[in-house]
Amino acid sequence: MQGKCGLFFTSYQGEARIFQSGFQKIMIGLLVAGLLAAPFGLGSYLVSIMNLIFIAVIGAVSLNLLTGVCGQISLGHGAFIGVGAFAAGQCTLHGVPFPLAILTGGLITAMVGMVFGVPSLRLKGIYLAIATLAAQLVLEYTFLHGGELTGGSNGLLLNPPEILGFAFDSETRMYYLLFVFACLSLLMVSNIMRSKYGRAFVSIRDFYLSAEIVGVNLFWYKIIAFGVSSFLAGVAGGLWGHYTGYISGEQFNIGLSITYLAMVVIGGLGSVIGSVFGAVFLTLLPEVLNVLANGLSGWFPAINQVVGAIQHGVFGLVLILFLIYEPEGLAHRWRLIKAYWKLYPFAH
Amino acid sequence: MEYYLQLIVNGLVVGSIYSLVALGFVIIYKATKVVNFAQGELVMVGAYVCFALTVQFNIPFIWAFLITLAFSVLLGLAIERMVLRPLIGEEHISVIMVTVGMSSVLKSLVQLFWGTQIKVYPQVLPSEPVMIAGLPVAPVYIAAFFLSVVLFAVFSAFFKYSRTGVAMRATAFDQQAAQSMGIGIKNIFAMSWCIACIVSAVGGVILGNINGINSHIGHLGLKVFPAVILGGLDSLLGAALGGLIIGVLENVCDGAARQLFNLGGFREVAAFIILVVILMIKPYGLFGTKEIERV
Repeated sequence: MQGKCGLFFTSYQGEARIFQSGFQKIMIGLLVAGLLAAPFGLGSYLVSIMNLIFIAVIGAVSLNLLTGVCGQISLGHGAFIGVGAFAAGQCTLHGVPFPLAILTGGLITAMVGMVFGVPSLRLKGIYLAIATLAAQLVLEYTFLHGGELTGGSNGLLLNPPEILGFAFDSETRMYYLLFVFACLSLLMVSNIMRSKYGRAFVSIRDFYLSAEIVGVNLFWYKIIAFGVSSFLAGVAGGLWGHYTGYISGEQFNIGLSITYLAMVVIGGLGSVIGSVFGAVFLTLLPEVLNVLANGLSGWFPAINQVVGAIQHGVFGLVLILFLIYEPEGLAHRWRLIKAYWKLYPFAH
Repeated sequence: MEYYLQLIVNGLVVGSIYSLVALGFVIIYKATKVVNFAQGELVMVGAYVCFALTVQFNIPFIWAFLITLAFSVLLGLAIERMVLRPLIGEEHISVIMVTVGMSSVLKSLVQLFWGTQIKVYPQVLPSEPVMIAGLPVAPVYIAAFFLSVVLFAVFSAFFKYSRTGVAMRATAFDQQAAQSMGIGIKNIFAMSWCIACIVSAVGGVILGNINGINSHIGHLGLKVFPAVILGGLDSLLGAALGGLIIGVLENVCDGAARQLFNLGGFREVAAFIILVVILMIKPYGLFGTKEIERV
């Protein structure tokens, strides 16, 4: 079902290309152009939501690489994002230029992630999930008791990012910066997935013993998966910290890890486009509920006090319903929609 | 010295509640291979239902307690039928995430009905402390400990001697073989969720009597993981001992950190540091079944 009718491949390179047909390139081009023009048409509230979506996309696609592609469940992703935020924040506070700070934040997070990935050699499935849960709680505790390094319970105040004297101090300017980073992350993960590493990850996910038998070095590839995934998580964290201007340990709690896992599951495990769908869906969900609650508050004044609880409940309900009725996520639905139009008007 | 003795006693009480919650966790895992991240929320729901019955409906405590148990049975049946049954045979991550989603829903329901404020149970037991080996211990602590021991004895006997208990063990050992011997697997699954809800509710009621309750006691569920990993994910005895050991270790480490390094809140992570160490040394815990894999 790949590609449109009449598209034939004459080489393996052609088959492995990211954008396989001219039509696809045009559509992607239009989408990118639309996104570049978007801030001019949207109000600053909508632009700020888009910014949050871009950051969530980076986080979700990085977790999808680890959990969806390599099959290593991580309940500690929120904490990894926190490590990146604090590391990059400390760098810029000490005068390191922003791009270098983001890179350093990513590398430090990659190292932390690899350390917590070491148990993955002996543990798998549920045991690994619980080990990463431990990583989450230990890191959370470290954030709150890190003294100077993390600002303890006061957190850190950060300045807007600045590249070569150009300050990204408005929502619109941040929009373009985050857009670039999100595109780069998506490209990076797509490229990893079609490389030798991606195939090794998939083989580990599908059956680790066969993978080992055909010569995949389990320890090395699992550690690499943790490293790359945490690197991107660190980048997402660094961007988030500089975007919001304030970071504290409480933001990177177990709830954040669960939200990211939910993005991956709702979007579609092991799918890059699914990560995007999941990130968009779960970032918009609370905002939509907020708007609804505001609209209803004229009739039910009490609704504003319970909107937090409602958001929580709707999140859980959506997650349950997705797992029961759409277990392959939004990416699967997207494939069905594409197939429908490809075959239209012949349903079979 | 007395300081540490007191810590150990408190740890045993908290640990006995961990054991109860871990018991529910292990029963579900043993029979259905489902890892239940909503165990703490089941504790919370039990605690709030009993609170509502005693305080808001003025039902005598003992009746409220029994009605709570009946409610837990229904809750367990509903959860198994509506949420878990459609996911039989799905991947680990789907099952984990569905229980995570369930915990969110339960928590939000409790917040909608009762808010986030702390609620205090009416005094059921006398508050005069009893002296044990020279240490003052509140009667509710002793009651908590004994109630856990009794429940463990009851369930161990249930698994060992009753027909249903044996059927549950058979299912846990080999689902297909059990099914071909005429055991209704679906009933077994439903039963295991009911039992898990009951023991969690008992844990919640005890907890409410000790500290009062708020919507954050669901966090207790996280403490269950170190306990069951230490004991072994599929061992009842392991759950009991694991809970007690984690309770004591956590309390002592916290006390020591407070006294020696002046470090607060260490309780939150002590159990998880222990957990990582256990996982690295003995991944299947003290009494867990080691999985053997062949190609």
